[in-house]
Amino acid sequence: MRVMSQMAMVMNLDKCIGCHTCSVTCKQAWTNRAGTEYVWFNNVETRPGLGYPRTYEDQEEWQGGWVRKPNGRIALRAGGRLKKLLTIFSNPKLPSIQDYYEPWTYDYETLLSSPQTDTFPVARPKSLISGKDMNVEWSANWDDDLGGSHEHAARDVMLRGIEDKVKLEFEQTFMFYLPRICEHCLNPSCAASCPSGAIYKREEDGIVLVDQDRCRGWRMCVSGCPYKKIYFNHKTGKAEKCTFCYPRIEVGIPTVCAETCVGRLRYIGLVLYDADKVLEAASIEDEHDLYDAQRACFLDPEDPDVQRAAEAAGIPADWIEAARKSPVWALINRYEVALPLHPEYRTMPMVWYIPPLSPVVDVIRDTGEDAEERGNLFAAIDALRIPVEYLANLFTAGDPEPVTRVLKKLAAMRSYMRDINLGREPDESIPAAVGMSGEDMYEMFRLLAIAKYDERY
Amino acid sequence: MTDLENQLQKALIGGRRFFTKAEVSDDLRTLHKHGGRQGDVFYRDRWSHDKVVRSTHGVNCTGSCSWKVYVKDGIITWEAQQTDYPSAGPDRPEYEPRGCPRGAAFSWYTYSPTRVRYPYVRGVLLDLFRAAKQQYGDPVVAWGSIVQDEEKARAYKKARGKGGLVRASWDEVAEIVAAAHVYTVKRWGPDRIAGFSPIPAMSPVSYASGSRFLELIGAPMLSFYDWYADLPNASPQMFGDQTDVPESGDWWDAGYLIMWGSNVPMTRTPDAHWMTEARYRGQKVVAVAPDYAENVKFADEWVTTAPGTDGALAMAMGHVVLKEFFVEKNVAFFNDYNKQYTDLPHLICLERTADGVYRPGKYLVAGDLDHPEGGAENAMWKPAVIDAGTGEVRIPQGAIGHRFGDEGLGKWNLELGDIDPALTMYDGVRESVEVELPRFDEPDGKVRHHRRGVPVARVGDRLVTTVLDLMLAQYGVPRDGLPGEWPTGYDDPAGPSTPAWQATHTGVPAAQVERLAREWAQNAIDTEGRGMILMGAGVNHWFHSDQIYRAMLVLTTITGCQGRNGGGWAHYVGQEKIRPIMGFQHMAFALDWHRPPRHMNQTAYWYVNTSQYRYDTFTADDLDSGTGVFAGKSVMDLLAQSVRLGWSPSYPTFDRSSLQLADDAEAAGMEAPAYVASELKAGNLRFAVEDPEHEDNHPRILSLWRSNLLGSSAKGNEYFLRHLLGTDSAATAVEAPPEMRPKDVVWADKAAEGRLDLLTTLDFRMTSSTIFSDVVLPAATWYEKHDLSTTDMHPFIHSFNPAIAPPWQTKSDWDTWKVIAKKFSELAVDHLGTRKDVVAKPLWHDTAEAMATEHGVVKDWKLGPDHPDGCDPVPGKTMPVIAVVERDYTQVYEKMTSIGPLLEKVGMLTKGVAYDVAREVDILRTRNGVVHGGAGDGQPKVETDVQMADAMLHLAGVSNGHLATQGFRFLEKRTGTRLADLAAEHEGKQITFADTQVAPVPVITSPEWSGSESGGRRYAPFTINIERKKPFHTLTGRQQFYVDHDWFIGMGEMLPVYRPPLNMTALFGEAPIGEQNELGVSVRYLTPHNKWSIHSEYQDNLFMLSLSRGGQSVWVSDRDAAKVGIKDNDWIEMVNRNGVVAARAIVSHRMPEGTVYMHHAQDRLIDVPLTERDGKRGGIHNSLTRILMKPNHLVGGYAQLAYFFNYIGPIGNNRDEVTMIRRRTAKVEY
Repeated sequence: MRVMSQMAMVMNLDKCIGCHTCSVTCKQAWTNRAGTEYVWFNNVETRPGLGYPRTYEDQEEWQGGWVRKPNGRIALRAGGRLKKLLTIFSNPKLPSIQDYYEPWTYDYETLLSSPQTDTFPVARPKSLISGKDMNVEWSANWDDDLGGSHEHAARDVMLRGIEDKVKLEFEQTFMFYLPRICEHCLNPSCAASCPSGAIYKREEDGIVLVDQDRCRGWRMCVSGCPYKKIYFNHKTGKAEKCTFCYPRIEVGIPTVCAETCVGRLRYIGLVLYDADKVLEAASIEDEHDLYDAQRACFLDPEDPDVQRAAEAAGIPADWIEAARKSPVWALINRYEVALPLHPEYRTMPMVWYIPPLSPVVDVIRDTGEDAEERGNLFAAIDALRIPVEYLANLFTAGDPEPVTRVLKKLAAMRSYMRDINLGREPDESIPAAVGMSGEDMYEMFRLLAIAKYDERY
Repeated sequence: MTDLENQLQKALIGGRRFFTKAEVSDDLRTLHKHGGRQGDVFYRDRWSHDKVVRSTHGVNCTGSCSWKVYVKDGIITWEAQQTDYPSAGPDRPEYEPRGCPRGAAFSWYTYSPTRVRYPYVRGVLLDLFRAAKQQYGDPVVAWGSIVQDEEKARAYKKARGKGGLVRASWDEVAEIVAAAHVYTVKRWGPDRIAGFSPIPAMSPVSYASGSRFLELIGAPMLSFYDWYADLPNASPQMFGDQTDVPESGDWWDAGYLIMWGSNVPMTRTPDAHWMTEARYRGQKVVAVAPDYAENVKFADEWVTTAPGTDGALAMAMGHVVLKEFFVEKNVAFFNDYNKQYTDLPHLICLERTADGVYRPGKYLVAGDLDHPEGGAENAMWKPAVIDAGTGEVRIPQGAIGHRFGDEGLGKWNLELGDIDPALTMYDGVRESVEVELPRFDEPDGKVRHHRRGVPVARVGDRLVTTVLDLMLAQYGVPRDGLPGEWPTGYDDPAGPSTPAWQATHTGVPAAQVERLAREWAQNAIDTEGRGMILMGAGVNHWFHSDQIYRAMLVLTTITGCQGRNGGGWAHYVGQEKIRPIMGFQHMAFALDWHRPPRHMNQTAYWYVNTSQYRYDTFTADDLDSGTGVFAGKSVMDLLAQSVRLGWSPSYPTFDRSSLQLADDAEAAGMEAPAYVASELKAGNLRFAVEDPEHEDNHPRILSLWRSNLLGSSAKGNEYFLRHLLGTDSAATAVEAPPEMRPKDVVWADKAAEGRLDLLTTLDFRMTSSTIFSDVVLPAATWYEKHDLSTTDMHPFIHSFNPAIAPPWQTKSDWDTWKVIAKKFSELAVDHLGTRKDVVAKPLWHDTAEAMATEHGVVKDWKLGPDHPDGCDPVPGKTMPVIAVVERDYTQVYEKMTSIGPLLEKVGMLTKGVAYDVAREVDILRTRNGVVHGGAGDGQPKVETDVQMADAMLHLAGVSNGHLATQGFRFLEKRTGTRLADLAAEHEGKQITFADTQVAPVPVITSPEWSGSESGGRRYAPFTINIERKKPFHTLTGRQQFYVDHDWFIGMGEMLPVYRPPLNMTALFGEAPIGEQNELGVSVRYLTPHNKWSIHSEYQDNLFMLSLSRGGQSVWVSDRDAAKVGIKDNDWIEMVNRNGVVAARAIVSHRMPEGTVYMHHAQDRLIDVPLTERDGKRGGIHNSLTRILMKPNHLVGGYAQLAYFFNYIGPIGNNRDEVTMIRRRTAKVEY
C-alpha cells in the first residue's frame, strides 16, 4: 500500500442551475488576459450539446486519454506512435481556435465618439485574433439551453448508439448542465503526453500543474487530455490549465469555482488512495468495471491500517483528519451517489458527479399517476426525461445500472424525508429498499440539502 | 505496440526521469512533484491582492447579493461573493454564496471602452447654448432662447441618437441642466419636469439623490413597478397591499411548490438553490411554463400551458378544489380560515336587471340596513355577513370602516367574537335564483353570458348571497337543486371552469390538472397551509394579468396557505422590498421639507406624452361585459375621468402652471382648493391630460439615473423616439379613425413631436438612453460609492462601499445631483425666489381619503350635480386633493443636504401608522452634525451619501427597534390586539451604516411590513395578519376575492374570470398566429428575462456576450423556423405595426411552436445592423410593443382601490403582442 492524498471535487448536477457564475468568477480571477481570451478553465455545458471545445468527447477524432491494448496494458491513445514524433511540430490532433471559439470584442468606443450621422451608432464585433470585423458564429457556450439544437445537440457524441431513445422534439425535451474543470486525474494522460516533463502531479494533494518554466509549448498535453482541459496560451506559447486554485487551497480557501457556486453544488475534499493500485485499476478490461475499480483505489480513512500507512507516508495528521471528514469521500464511497466523468478514458478522473433527476415524461403525467406516490417511486426513475442511457454514457462507460442506483437513492431520500418534513413517522422500508439505513439517508440529506459551508469544503 | 514505438515512447516520456528531480512512476505514467511553489509563482502572483472591499450591484435586480471586490495596485481586479450572511438556522441551508454570472462580470465595466468618463453634450445643442449665452449672458435666458426658437429646437432634437456627443466641463453641463430646470419651472411650472430612476431597494441613496432634488423643486417622480408590468394589480385588489412576498429561505418550508411563469434559476439565480434543496426534504415541485425553461429541469412535472392561458389552468384547479374540498367534503381547516380571513362569507346583493335576471352587485354594508350598526360611524364601510347559527345579519370587526374614526378604536381586528359567519346560503336550498355571469373564453375575448343558480337569503327587500356561493357559480361547481347551466363533470369541455374546458385553452391534459389540484389541496391540509406558488413575469406581464393572478390567488387563499411560513403566493418579478421603506420615503421624496410629494404613474404618463393613445383602436367598449359601463368611451377618456375624479395622479396636472395657479387663487382672494374647484367647474381650467398635444401641456425635462428607459422599459419605443424626442422612428401604425377617438379629450390635427426640451442621463456606460440624451453625465459605478441594499429575497441590509474613488471625471449620483442643485439654487435667485405651488394629489390608500366613493358608485362632477351620475367637484372627495406648497427655490441645495423640520413638527406616517421621530432627528444631529445657516440651520446634515444612508436607517422600523415598537404600539390602539412584542426583542437595536459595512445585518419586525421575523423565523407575508388578527388593508379587512366597484362589475371582473390573451388580429389587424405571408410567419411575441443580463445591464458586457450569442437574438422553435427557412444564427427581421427588429435567430426544439422569445432589453447598441425594411438601425425588444391600459387599473378613491406610488395603476403590459418573423435576405449592413 502506498498512501497518497488527493484533493478532489464532487459536483451535484441535480442542483446545477446552469448559471455559469463559476465560469465567470474563474475567468475573471485566472484567464482574463492576453493569450487566454478563449480559455475557460471552468466551463459549463448544456447537455445534450457539443461542449467546449466542440465534440471534445469524440476520442476517435481527438485521440485523447488512454486505451487498453490487447496485452492488457494501457497506452496513450495518441501517444507511442512513430507518427506522433514525426509530427511533433504540427500536432494534427488539436482542436482549432474555431473548435473552441474565435474570441472577439466590439468597437464600443464608437458609441461615444461617433460623429453626427444619419443613424444611431452601433458597436460591431471585432476578432481578438485578427482585429478585423467578424461574424459571431460560435462562442464559449453557443449551444446553451439547447440553442441550435438540431444542428448542435443532435451531434452530441454521447447520443451515439442511443439515437432511438432521444428525440429532439418539444414534447420530449430534456437538458441539464455539466460544469467542468480539470479532472486532476490519478492517471493523467496529459502528463504522460508531455515531452518536456513540464506537467506534474503535486505529491501532497494531487493537483496537476504545468510548470510554466519548463513548458516548451509542444501541445501534446492538449491532445493527450481527453477532457480538453489544457489550453495553449498563444501569447506566452505555453500550456495552461486549471490549478485547482492552489494559491487559495494552500491557505485553506476553497477553489473560486466552488466558493462562488450559487447552486451550492460543489464539494471539495481530500481522498486517500493507494497509488500502487492505480495502474491496475486503469487497466481493467471491462470498461464497466472502471467505476468500481477506481473506487477500490480509494482508502477508507477510518481504517486504522490506512491511518497508520498514511502517517508512515508522511501525510500530516490534520490531513488524515480532513480525509475522514471529506464530503467527497462520503459521496463517492459512503453513499455511493457520485460517479466519475468518462471512466472509459482510463485517466482515473478526480472530479465526480451526482447525476441529475428530471421531470417525468408525459406518459406518466397524462395517466394522472403521482410520481410522489410510494408505489410509483422507482417506476418513475424509468420515466424521467433524461434517459438513463445518456447519463450512463457520461458517467459509467454506458452501464445504466450504477446510474439507476444513484437516481433511486435520490428519489428514495425525497420520499423518506417527506414524511419527516410533514411530521409523520418515517418509513424505514424506503432507505432499506436502496440499501441504506435511515440514519445514513438522513445524513446524506443533510450533506446534499443543508450543505453548510463547513460541510461542503 | 511495436518495439520501435515502445522505444520511442520511452525516449519521449521516460526521458523526463533524467531532466527532473520529481518522481516519475515506474510505469512512466505519471510524474509526482512536491510543491510547485517555485515553478508556478505566476498563479500565486495573479492571486495576490491588496484589499477586499464589500460592495454589491444596484438597480433592477432582486439579488441584493453582497460581494467581495478585489483591488490590487489601486485597480479593481475581480469580484467574488461574500459568504458571511448570518445563519438562516441550524437545520436549513444558508444564503451564502449569493450572486450570479452577471454580477460576477460587473468589474469589466470599470475600465471598459463603453465607460462614460467625462460629461458629454450633443454638439448641436452645445454650440447653440454657447452662442446664446454669449449673446444673452444669463444662462436661463440663453436656454429660453433656444427652446423658444422652433428651428433651433428642431435642429438639436432631430440629431438625438445620431452621434455627435462632445465633451464639456462639469461646470458647463451643470449650468445647462440647471438653467433648463429654472427656465422650465418659471415658464411652465415645476410639474413639466420629471425624473425616472427605478426600484430603489438596491441603492436607495442613489435613488434619493435626484428624487430629493426634483421633489424639492416640485417635479414629479415617475413610478416603476406598475410601468414595468411587474405590479400585480391583483395584490392591491385582493390584499390591499402593494406586494409582499416570502424571502427565498422560506421556500424551504413549503411542502408543495409550483413555479408558475417564474423561471427561478434564470431570474432568481442566487435563490434557486433553496428550491433545489427543498426537493430533498420531499417537497413536490411543479413547473408551469410554455417552453422547457431552465426551472423545468428541477420539477417533478412540467405543465406546458399555451402562453397567456394560465388563468384557465388556475380556474380549473380552483374548480376541482372547490368541488372536492368545499362542496363534496367539509374541511374544517379551510372553513375556519375562510370565515375569519377572507370575504367568502360576506354578503353580496343581487341586482335584478331589466330582463328579469340577476347580476352580482354590491357588498351589503351596515349603512344599507335597519340595523343597530346602521347608524354607526363609517357605516357604509362595514360589510355584513349572516351568522350560521342564528341567521342574523352581523357586522364583523376589521373593515375599513373600523380603521378610521373614533368609534373604530380598538376594533380594527379580525376577531369574530360570537359571530359564526355562514360561508354559504345553501342550506338544503331555502331559495335560489339564477345569476347572469360573464365569460370571455371565446377567441375574440368578447363577453358571453351564462346563467347559474345561487342560493339566496332575503335581507329586507334585498336578495343576498355569499361570495363563496357566487364563486361556486363562477367556477361552475354544481350543487343539487340549483338551477342554470352547469358542466356535467370534469370531462365536460363546454363551460368554464372544468379541467376538460381548460384543456381546450391551455393544452394541458385534464387528468393532470385534476391530480395537481387534488395534491395541492391535500398538501395544504397535511401541512396546515404550506403550499406555495412562485409566480412571475411569465404570467404577470399580460394585459389581463390581474385576472390570471386572482385565479391563482384563489388557490393559495381558499386553502389557507396565505400568511404561513412555506405557504402562499410568492410573486417574484420587480417586487423589491425597500426594507427601511419609511426612512427611504421621507428622505427620497423630501417629506421632511414639503408635503405632499408629486408621484406619477409612468404607464399613463407615456400613454399620453408619447401620443400612444392616438394609435389606440382598442376602445373601452371592447372591455365591458355588456353592461354599457364604458359606452362610447376610449381608454383615454377613462384616464381623463380617473384623473379628474382624483383616482389617478396626472402631471403636468393643469393647462396652467401650478405656480401661476397659486398666484391666481391669491389674486382671486380664494383658498387654492376652492379656487381650483370653481375654475374647473366653470371650465376656465382644464386638466392637461384633456389636451395633451398642446404645447402648454407638454413635459419639458426628463432626467434618468440608474435607468435605461429607452433601451429597456419604454413600451412603444418607436413612439417615444417620434413624439417625445422628435427623432427617427420605425412605427407604421396609423392613428385611430374619428369614431374611435376620445370624446372628452381634444384631438389635435397633428401629434406633437419632440416634446422634451432636455433629456439628461447619468450613467457609467453607454446605453440606448445615453445615445438619445442631450446631456450625458459620467456616473460612478457600484464599486465606487456608498449606498445601502435590501431585497425581499433575503432579510438583510448590507452596503455598497467604494473599492476605488470614482475615476476620471465620474461622480456618484448623490454628488452629481448636489452639483445640479447648487447651480439651480444660484440661478433661482434672479429668476424664481420663493413661490407657492398648487399640488394636485390623488386620493391616497391607507388614509381616510380612500373612503371617498361609497359602494364604488362612480359620480363624475363633470356631469354636474343635477345629473344622476353627477356631483359637485369637491377636492379630496370627488376630485384630487388640492394642496399648496411654498418653495424657496434659492434654498434647494440647502434643503437637499439637511433634514427638514417637518419630521419633528408633524412626524412620519407610513401605511397608516404614525410615528414621532423627535428622538431620531436629535440622534442624527449628533451623528451627522448640524447645519449652520441657510434653510437648514440647526438641522441634521445629510451632505454625504453615508449621512443619507444613516438617516434612512434611523428613520425606519426595520433598522430602528425603537420605532418598530412605537409603530406597533400605535397599531395596538387601533386593533386592540397585542403586537408590540413582535419588535420588543430588538427595541434597543439600531442598525447603522457602519454595521452594514461589516456584514449583512438582519432586520427587525416592523409595521412597515406584514410578516414577522421575530425569534429568527423566515419572513413570510401576512403572518402578522393571520397570527395577530390584524386586518388586511381592504374594504372588508379580509383577503378579498370579490370587488364591487362599478367599473369592475361593468367589466365582469367582480370575481376571477378567465380572459384570454388579447386578439391582436381583431383589435389591430395583425396576422393571426401561424399565418404565413411575404413577411414570414406570424408568432406570439414574448420578451422574457434574459439569462445574460439583468435588464439592459450586462447585455453589452463582453463576458456575457462571449457566453451567449454575441448580440441581439430571438429564440424560435424548430417548427416555426422550418416554415420560413430560418436556420440557427441566421439574421432575421421581425416586423409589426409598432416597429422593426433586426436580430439573429436561435432555433431550438425547447421552444413551443407559434411563440418566439426575444429576451428583453438587449438594447440596440451591440451588433445591430440596419433593417432590411427601412435601412435604419434595428429596434429593441420594445420596438414591437405599445402601451395598452386596462381601465379597472385606473380605479381609485375606493378602499384598497386607492392610489399610492407604485401600489396600484395601469401596467405597461407587453405579452399579448404578435409579430411577423422571417429570414433576412438583404445584405447585412451597418
